[in-house]
Amino acid sequence: MTPEVPTLLDDMAARTRELLEARGIEAPIVVGIHSGGVWIAEHLRERLGIQRPLGKLDISFYRDDFSRIGMHPQVRPSELPEDLDGEHVLLVDDVLYTGRTIRAALNELFDWGRPASVSLVVLVDRDGRELPVCAAVAGAHMELGLAEQIKLRGPEPLSLERVAVEPPEGADG
Amino acid sequence: MTELPAAHTSRLPQPGPLPNRLQLTDEGQLRHMLTIEGLNRTLLTEILDTAESFANMNEKAVKKVPLLRGKTIVNLFFEASTRTRTTFELAAKRLSADVLNINVSTSSAVKGESLLDTLRNLEAMNVDMFVVRHEESGTAHFIARHAAPGISVLNAGDGRHAHPTQALLDMFTIRRHKGDFTKLKVAIVGDILHSRVARSQIHALNILQTGEVRVVAPRSLLPADVEQLGVHVHHDLDSGLQDVDVVIMLRLQRERMEHAHLPSEHEYFQRFGLTARRLQLASPTCLVMHPGPANRGVEIESAVADGPHSVILEQVTYGISVRMAVMSMVMGAHQS
Repeated sequence: MTPEVPTLLDDMAARTRELLEARGIEAPIVVGIHSGGVWIAEHLRERLGIQRPLGKLDISFYRDDFSRIGMHPQVRPSELPEDLDGEHVLLVDDVLYTGRTIRAALNELFDWGRPASVSLVVLVDRDGRELPVCAAVAGAHMELGLAEQIKLRGPEPLSLERVAVEPPEGADG
Repeated sequence: MTELPAAHTSRLPQPGPLPNRLQLTDEGQLRHMLTIEGLNRTLLTEILDTAESFANMNEKAVKKVPLLRGKTIVNLFFEASTRTRTTFELAAKRLSADVLNINVSTSSAVKGESLLDTLRNLEAMNVDMFVVRHEESGTAHFIARHAAPGISVLNAGDGRHAHPTQALLDMFTIRRHKGDFTKLKVAIVGDILHSRVARSQIHALNILQTGEVRVVAPRSLLPADVEQLGVHVHHDLDSGLQDVDVVIMLRLQRERMEHAHLPSEHEYFQRFGLTARRLQLASPTCLVMHPGPANRGVEIESAVADGPHSVILEQVTYGISVRMAVMSMVMGAHQS
């Protein structure tokens, strides 16, 4: 049984609003990680009524597995329409798994500027972390083990799908 | 100007069999970049798309990505070059690679054994990529054939044969301004005979299915079999410029004059020099390109080189993004 994405988004928006209030942040910059993270970030930004333009990160050039798997064939340009210096950033992704994508995204963010803070918001927080990364807001928590992945399908409509995987040797997803 | 006879002895250089078996992996990924010839449209488009992602890096506070951290790239230049070597070096540095610049004196005509010796010595230092420029056609192929597995070779210009990254950055510049190639008329003007740039451009334009590719030159500066490349030949600049969307001027190498290919620079400019007046024959939105360095007053008027149609300096900027794309793709191909 996989949860409905719009329901999760409503809940994430409510809890992100609480988070922003607690920290006294009025106008954060929402930044999504390609591709699923950008879809989620767009919906979240809309639900939160944030006017500032959406940032998009493609972390392909910052991945730590380039030396093993090479170039991703479809790299999109990262777009950060506003200066990040001194800003509060809501970093958004679809699935938080090993934590390596978030590490790469943080590295890239800091090549664009020096934000005042970065808070991680994800649709699904699943088991399998390999780095000390933790989401401030997660729509759902899942225990999937090595035999399953969770994928976000989109952009319209957004849905979550559990898929069986054969764990490759030395898997780090 | 008296028309000199076509140079029938000057066939197109063919530096080696089946370059694609050399430059592509079994999966069709780019392992070396030796020539544009034989590559397919999908791959060229993938290179241009990847370059597009690098093109906005200048907006970042830190103009680097960590993609090739720990890799060592050797610029092996047997022929003088400033722009090409510098943009390859900057591309490598913006990918966080370490760069070694080796300029081998042209006077000591390096070939055969000594070239292999140079190669083996550099390989012994565990380098990952060679960027090679040489006055002899086929040198990059030769090095690619003999390099250890895992090492990539990029051709930065070999004799009259090819200069693939220059052609790619030209395609990138055209695509950024014009989008679709299929509706475009492109004229390449000048010394086609001696130009590796022209040859690579013609291949690239045809692979990208450009509507019409023209070459404009006196007979003495055209290879005898130029039409085999899939171009329309014009010996008159005015007819060649008619309604074109892009005009690419080639550098007229002064040393060629001495070999009696041309009577004088002045006469050449009269017949084949691009002036603002002549440019009016082209489309009103025509791009003026030049691989540089331009001979002002020989093949191009200063007013045109610096004029509103000119994208000559953009070509230099985009050269970095395109070279970053090629470098990261060839390094990636060794992994899978």
